Amino acid sequence: MTDREPTTRRGRIRIEGFDEHATATNTDHVQSNRSDLDAVSDRRDELDRRTTVDRLPTGGRSTRGGRNLDSGVGNKTGLEASWGRFRSNRTALFGLAIVAALSVLALFARPLEFSAMGYTLTVQPFSLAPYDPSELYVGPSNAGPSLAHPFGTDWAGRDLFSRVLVGGRYSLSIGALAVTLALCIGIPLGAIAGYFGGWIDETIMRLVDTLYAFPFLVLAIAIVAILGPGYWNLIVALVVTGWLTYARLLRGEVLSIVETDYVEASKALGTPHRTIIGRHVVPNAIGPVIVQATLNVGSVVLAAAALGFLGLGLEAGTAEWGTMLARGRSSLLQGHWHVTVFPGMAIFLFVLAINLVGDGVTDALDPRRETGRRDR
Amino acid sequence: MSIVRYTLRRALTSVPVLIGATALTFGLVHLAPGDPIDVLVGFDHVDPATRASLRAEYNLDRPLWQQYLLWVRDVATLEFGESPITGRDVGPTVAGRLPHTIALGVSAWLLSLAIGIPAGIVAAVDDGGPADEVSRIGALVGIATPNFWLGLVLLFVFGVQLGWVRVTPPDAPLASLEMAWFMVLPTITLATALAAVVTRLMRSSMRRELEREYVRGARARGLRERTVLLKHALRNSLTAVVTVAGLQIALLLDGAVVVEQVFSWPGMGQLLVESISRRDFPVVQAVVLLIAVATIVANLLVDLAYAVIDPRIRHDR
Repeated sequence: MTDREPTTRRGRIRIEGFDEHATATNTDHVQSNRSDLDAVSDRRDELDRRTTVDRLPTGGRSTRGGRNLDSGVGNKTGLEASWGRFRSNRTALFGLAIVAALSVLALFARPLEFSAMGYTLTVQPFSLAPYDPSELYVGPSNAGPSLAHPFGTDWAGRDLFSRVLVGGRYSLSIGALAVTLALCIGIPLGAIAGYFGGWIDETIMRLVDTLYAFPFLVLAIAIVAILGPGYWNLIVALVVTGWLTYARLLRGEVLSIVETDYVEASKALGTPHRTIIGRHVVPNAIGPVIVQATLNVGSVVLAAAALGFLGLGLEAGTAEWGTMLARGRSSLLQGHWHVTVFPGMAIFLFVLAINLVGDGVTDALDPRRETGRRDR
Repeated sequence: MSIVRYTLRRALTSVPVLIGATALTFGLVHLAPGDPIDVLVGFDHVDPATRASLRAEYNLDRPLWQQYLLWVRDVATLEFGESPITGRDVGPTVAGRLPHTIALGVSAWLLSLAIGIPAGIVAAVDDGGPADEVSRIGALVGIATPNFWLGLVLLFVFGVQLGWVRVTPPDAPLASLEMAWFMVLPTITLATALAAVVTRLMRSSMRRELEREYVRGARARGLRERTVLLKHALRNSLTAVVTVAGLQIALLLDGAVVVEQVFSWPGMGQLLVESISRRDFPVVQAVVLLIAVATIVANLLVDLAYAVIDPRIRHDR
C-alpha cells in the first residue's frame, strides 16, 4: 500500500503488447479488403442497422446527411468495388439483361429515319416489327393471337405485336429523359440550397415543400391538364414532379459536407464557390441521389403509362404502352383480353427489370440503404 | 421541447406550404395558355355579355394578387362557385364524390396493413430464408405491376369471365352490402402496391429491432419467442410504419385517381379526370386543392403522432 511505484508512473500511459508495425499492416489489409466480398457482407449488416427514419420525407426539413462520406462514390477504387458488387448480384444482372433486350427490341422495331430538306438519313434500317404500328386494318379488328399476329390486333385492326415492340421506345425514352432532366434541375438546386444556406436555402426548400404537398401523379395530371397531351408536355410534367426528391436528398448530404475540413480549406484558399461545389461537394454527396434516381426510373415509367391510360399522356392512338390500354376497358368488357394483357405485360416486365437494376445499384453504391423502400 | 411547442412549431412550417399550394392551384387557370375566360368556358364561343359577367364573377378585372386573395377568401369558406361547363355548384359536386374516395382509400389502406405487417414480420424472422425470398419477390412484383392493368385484369377475370361481380358500380348507397361487394376488387387493386411498400418497410424495421440489446435481453430472460416478437420488437418497429403514413396517403391518392377510372368508381379521382377532359377548370382546382390540403394536414398529423410516440424527435429539429 505504501509502494510508491504507481505514483511515479502517473501521467504516462504505456500500452503493453502494441506492435505498431503489425497494426499498420493489419489496417492496410482491412482497407484493401473493402472491395472484396467480405465488405459486401459487412455492409449488408450495416444496412439493417441503419435507421430508416432519418431518410423519410416529412413535412418540414428532412434528410440530414453525413453518413455517406465513405459510400464509395467519387474515388476510383470505390467505383470499382461498386461495380464488383453489382456484377456479383445475379438478380440485378438479370434485370439489366431484360432492360437491354427490351431496348434492342424497341430500337430495331422499326427503321429509324430522319428527314430534312428532302434528304432522308436512315440511322437504323432493320425492322423487327412485321407491320407499321399505326397502319390501320392490317388484319381483322379485335382478332385474338394467331401466327400472323402473335399478340392479336386491336379495335382498328392494328397489329399489337408491332405496337408493343415500338411502344418500348416511348417508355424507355420517357423514363431515361425525365429522370435525367430532373437530375439536371434537382442536383444544382439541392447543392446550392445546401451550400449557401440562408434565404436561398429557405426559398428553394419552401418551393420543394410546396410541390411535395401534391401527390406525384395528381401534380403531373394537373400539369398535363394545363399543357395538354404530347410527348414533351408529358416529360415536363414528370420532370417538374421528379426533381424534388433529388434536390431534397442532395441538400441533406451537402449540409454535412459543407462542414468538412476540406471544404473549409478550399474556402480559405479562395477557391470560387462554383469550383468547390462542382469539384468537392457534389461528387461526395451524389451517391444516394444516383441510387434514388435509378429506383425512380421505374415509377416514372409507371406514371407515364398511367397518364397514358387516363388519356392524358400522349395523343390517343399513339403506340405507347399506357395509351394502348386507354381503350382497354371497353375492349376487355367485350372479351378481347389480348388488347389489354400484352401491353400491360410489357410495362410490368420493363418496370420489374428496372427495379431489379435499381436495387442492384442501391446495394452496390450505398449498401446501407434499405432496398425496396423508395421515397416516391 | 414540450409537445405543445413542438406542435406550434411544426404547424407553423405548414403555413408557407399551404400558401404555396393555394397559389399554385389558383395559378392553374392562369398558367394555362390562352385567356383565362377561354380556359374557363372550355374555349367555347360565348357572347360578350356572358364574357363580361364571367370576368366580374371570377374577379378577372382586378390585379392578380387581389384575385388570389379573393379566391382564397372564397375557398376558405368552401365557396367554389359554379362550374361554367356544367352549371352546377362546384362545392357540392366535389363533396358528393368525397365519401367514395375515402371509403376506397381507407379500406385499401387497412388491407395493405393487414397484408404488409404480417408479411414483413415473417420475412424479418425468416431472414434470408424461403419466406423472406418469397416476400421479396412478392414486393418487387407488387411494385412493378401497373395498378390500372391489375384492375383491368381482375375485372376481366372476376367480372367478365366468372361473372362474380358487376363491371360497373351498383346503383346503391355507399354503405350497402352490394356496394361493399363491388368494392372488393378496387380495394385489392389499390392496396397491392402499398402492401408491397409496407412489407419491405416492416421487414427492415423489424430486422433492425431484432438485433437490439433488449430483444437479446428478453430472450435471455427466457421469454417465449412469440412474446419477444409480438410484444417487444413489433411495437417498436411499428413506428416506422407510422412515419411513412404521409407517403402512404400520397400513394393512395395517386392510386385512387387511376383505380377509380378503371372501375368507374364515382370518387374524386374520376371527377378529376372527367373534369380535365371537359376542361372544367374550377372543378379541377377544387379537387387538386382538396387533395393538397388533405396531404398537408395528414403530414402534419403524422409528424405530431410521431412526436408523441417517439419523444426524441422533438429535440431533433
